[in-house]
Amino acid sequence: MGYVAIKGGKAAIEGAAAATDMLRAGSEHAEPLVLDAIEGQLRLLVSRVVSEGGLYHPKLAALAIKQFQGDTLEAAFALRAYRSTKPRLLETPPQNTAHMRVIRRISSAFKDIPGGQMLGPTYDYALRLLDLGLVDENPEDFRAIARRFLADAPETELPDSFPKVLDALRAEGLLPPLKPVAGAPFDITRQPLIFPVPRAAALATMARAETGSLLAIAYSNMRGYGDVHPTIAELRVGYVPVMLPHPVTGEPMEAGEVLMTECEVVAMFEGDAEGKGCGGKPVFTLGYGACFGHNEVKAISMAILDRALQKGMKDGAANPSEDPEFVLLHVDGVDSMGFASHYKMPHYVTFQSDMDRLRTTQAKAGIDTVRQKDTA
Amino acid sequence: MNNTYELPLDEAGYAFGFMDEYAKKEVRRAILKAICIPGYQTPYASREMPMGRGFGTGGLQLTLSLVGGSDTLKVIDQGSDDSVNAVNLRQFVQMTCPGVDTTEKTEAATLIQSRHRIPEKPLTEAQILVLQVPYPDALVVVEPSEARRKTMHGEADYSRLLVKLYEDIVKFDEITISHRYPTRIHGHYIIDPSPIPRWDVPKLHQSKALILLGAGREKKIYAVPPYTLAEPLAFEDVVFSVEDFRDAAGIRRACSRCGATDSFLDEFSNEAGEKIYQCSDSAYCDEQLARQTSHAQTTNTEVVA
Repeated sequence: MGYVAIKGGKAAIEGAAAATDMLRAGSEHAEPLVLDAIEGQLRLLVSRVVSEGGLYHPKLAALAIKQFQGDTLEAAFALRAYRSTKPRLLETPPQNTAHMRVIRRISSAFKDIPGGQMLGPTYDYALRLLDLGLVDENPEDFRAIARRFLADAPETELPDSFPKVLDALRAEGLLPPLKPVAGAPFDITRQPLIFPVPRAAALATMARAETGSLLAIAYSNMRGYGDVHPTIAELRVGYVPVMLPHPVTGEPMEAGEVLMTECEVVAMFEGDAEGKGCGGKPVFTLGYGACFGHNEVKAISMAILDRALQKGMKDGAANPSEDPEFVLLHVDGVDSMGFASHYKMPHYVTFQSDMDRLRTTQAKAGIDTVRQKDTA
Repeated sequence: MNNTYELPLDEAGYAFGFMDEYAKKEVRRAILKAICIPGYQTPYASREMPMGRGFGTGGLQLTLSLVGGSDTLKVIDQGSDDSVNAVNLRQFVQMTCPGVDTTEKTEAATLIQSRHRIPEKPLTEAQILVLQVPYPDALVVVEPSEARRKTMHGEADYSRLLVKLYEDIVKFDEITISHRYPTRIHGHYIIDPSPIPRWDVPKLHQSKALILLGAGREKKIYAVPPYTLAEPLAFEDVVFSVEDFRDAAGIRRACSRCGATDSFLDEFSNEAGEKIYQCSDSAYCDEQLARQTSHAQTTNTEVVA
């Protein structure tokens, strides 16, 4: 009975699960993936999943990647669903990224920045030539890589952290002074977005947005549907100590650290009153992006969109990337992939209803062929 | 990264109802607000469920927040208890809500979660119907911005929706909205009643059961409370009509399985290429069939006697 696929659901679901699991195993002779290997060797994939999942748990992210066969949307989704089962125990105070133990930080605004440019791990200047030497690596190769890297390590210890480039610009009066934001930050996991939303809600939404969706909308702004024209004041990647109040004394104490990417872009100044700093002089405008993991393209896209959205909230949206509703309601991977997938579910009832309308309309238009043929 | 951290492998069990208690409480608060303001789309912080957005996560959050050990749950999709999605949702509730009974019989359920259909059998005051909603806002067909739609709802400004219906009549001599038919609740808010067919819209009106609608992806909950006005949008001279199941000769088609002529029918082709019509509500169809069988048996017994 081909058509009545709607029946026999239980057996069908079990069969589908078995088939998926078989493909996950690959073959009966395959070596199972080890979580440590995923976490260590596919670190950018893990980064993407913790970021889009909105849960900093690299080990569970590695498990999700293994379980969902490398699908980033599904893996991030599983982390989010896991998060739904956990209560929110406390609100974290703002964390200071100036204390980040950086593994990489660059500025494209200045040749030299306080503390110096530190390229760190990046593919930016790598030639994208396939390295056939990696086809058959063994553990000894890995050890040799580590030995070579450590042998080249500089004699003098680098500082753990570096001053922020923006602080220098701010000291020169080129940026608006920092304004303290009153009240608790907007928690998108506990409050729905009702427009207009505060910037905190926009930033939180983008921080766990799907990378490709953010990139696409940010790219539209870069190409000409918008005019942010950003300069990266600073992009830094590293481990931020997470400070939480001690349950008894209330004193901040380090509870752990999270790998993060942070990007601050500077855009052209605006002439009106809001674009002016102290003393009424025009100043540059800012865009901010930050996310869990090592995701530079995402942090840059987010920073550009933050700037575009701030402009849109002030002047009205002239482009899709400046429209908070358009951007914030369409960048979530769990939402968008879920809805795209739901079209695979049966829609027999609504389609029956559609046919009723079409046939009635056809009949009224005198195109009565369908009904004439239908003698049942 | 923390290399000493070990995954807690024994942390397999989930709490009753999957979501943490704070989340369930929040959903229940939103439900109360939705009941107090019939038809108003109450925003809530929808949680991610372990199934796809669009697969009924809004309805599922309502069900999980409401269901208790003494409840009997029925889950249907396209009218059927046995469709893949209904089975999936029911299994999930069974897994996370031990002690909750499930049923396929409409009258035996205290809580019914459904996608795209309202059961044919009239519901009672003791029942709650939860409908899964993909698009919570009837105005989305005429206004993409949620902020602007919110103002329009507040002012009960549905003129553009009426213009859309009017344009339909001018272009096609018919209102072409097939399902998700805009329906005015308690004389003010117009709701998207979820993708139920027009056939089911009259069942909203003065319903004895509480009807809750949950949109998980769009993060909205709204309600048609018991004994509330629910009027499909129409004109005095162009009235609302349900799906027409008459054949070319004008005779109401019957279900090919149970013979019912008062149910919403699914249409499909059998292997010989003939059109077949069957009840979309499988529980209703089974009940009609069982009644005939028992009736036939009674008649037989009488004959024998």
